Amino acid sequence: MTFLTRRKSLLVAASAALALSLSACGGSSSTTSPPVAEKPSFAADTTMAKLSSAGKIVIGTKFDQPLFGQKGLDGKPVGFDVEMGKLIAGKLGIPADKIEWKETVSANREQFLKNGDVDIIVATYTINDKRKTEVDFAGPYYEAGQALMVNKDNTSITKPEDVKGKNVCSVTGSTPAGTIVEKYGAVLVPAATYSACLEPLRNKQVEAITTDNVILAGFVNKEPDAFKLASDQTFTKEPYGIGLKKDDTVFRNWINDQLEAFAKDGSYKKAWEATAGAVIKTAPELPAINRY
Amino acid sequence: MDVIIENLPAYWDGFLRTLFLSVVSGIIALIFGTLLAAARVSPIAALRGFSMTYVEIVRNTPLTIAFFFAAVVLPRLGVTFQQFEIAAIIALSAYTSAFIAEAVRSGVNSVPVGQAEAARSIGMKFSQVLSLIILPQALRTVIPPMINILIALVKNSSVAGAFYVLELFGTGRQLANANGDAVLWVLVGVAIFYLLITVPLGYVANLVERKVAISR
Repeated sequence: MTFLTRRKSLLVAASAALALSLSACGGSSSTTSPPVAEKPSFAADTTMAKLSSAGKIVIGTKFDQPLFGQKGLDGKPVGFDVEMGKLIAGKLGIPADKIEWKETVSANREQFLKNGDVDIIVATYTINDKRKTEVDFAGPYYEAGQALMVNKDNTSITKPEDVKGKNVCSVTGSTPAGTIVEKYGAVLVPAATYSACLEPLRNKQVEAITTDNVILAGFVNKEPDAFKLASDQTFTKEPYGIGLKKDDTVFRNWINDQLEAFAKDGSYKKAWEATAGAVIKTAPELPAINRY
Repeated sequence: MDVIIENLPAYWDGFLRTLFLSVVSGIIALIFGTLLAAARVSPIAALRGFSMTYVEIVRNTPLTIAFFFAAVVLPRLGVTFQQFEIAAIIALSAYTSAFIAEAVRSGVNSVPVGQAEAARSIGMKFSQVLSLIILPQALRTVIPPMINILIALVKNSSVAGAFYVLELFGTGRQLANANGDAVLWVLVGVAIFYLLITVPLGYVANLVERKVAISR
């Protein structure tokens, strides 16, 4: 008996520890369950009508971009991109559990949309002219940009002008590396990957790491006691759009309308606060929708 | 081809840094490696043990680990430097010394025992036997392997490109990122600049060898 009880209590302790560590993994990426529209009606022959009557949707997102799209141990992706996908699905009358999430990485996104493997893509997907020739973009729904990450106790760097003449780590040959050197006069410490920059920063051999704020926010989210963003302000612009099949203008306009509605009814802000807001405190304004 | 000419200043910068790393680490490694070899044949057991342990550990560990240790672990232990070139020099010279030590030791072994015995019999101390009789002969015989090690050192310095030093290889990576359409030519350029160091080094070796070679 005693053996059994001890074993049981061990089990309880172990599962409690597991639960603790699991919640620690997820950080503050709690999820929301956005409202699901009851029987929305759409004009026949539109993508909306098709998805809505099918009752399910395939959404592509990243599984390895913390705070935006990350798949945890429970198999459910979490993040701001995921919340955006859920909100849109909700407007189509599709509940969150009927969404099929498919991993899309930078290299396969255009192809997935063309093949019809996914219906839409919300995956830190920067809108640019080259991609526009292959797919359509709704949005932007968020404007990422270059930022600086520093040690938690650093108060001397708050804006890019502060790094003049100081060691800053970034990836060799990347756009952010060029910007920080040419425009702001930093001394570049070149690394092969952004994660390779973490050790020199910890050891104070460099004063800051620079790249897009969403990547940095992912690092801060993992080690909030060691690092912080120098500021919520970014100093370049990377507009993130929702990718969809080329020439589906009706669908694109509809998503654009929904994005504006999310901004108006506060669900946009709520989605941010539940996810990326854990690190980037200032909730973003929805950028001006690019209706082309 | 254009990409090489357009980026000559960047190449030159990387070239000078590679040259600097190689020359400084080479000099340190030659000195330290010879000392290690001397310790290896010394009559003091502790010195022999230290030299053997050092050579066996360092020679059998990948250079990347040495770099990782110098660039990342040392700062954790409180030895910080703002210039990553210093870490590169520590790693490269520590690694190369082990090979130099073994080359010198093989040279020492090639000197006939009778030489040392004769020297001792006229009353020379160990330090005198080593510095006046054995090492001068030993070093002459090991010039070819020594040059091999130094050429390897020049090429090994490319690992520094992965550890925050913008030498030739790092420059190549930077240029490749910026010129995705001409990666092949970028790398050809890198190769040319390496040859600019290593080929003359081989010629120098031949010259020196002819000057100092001893026939037995």
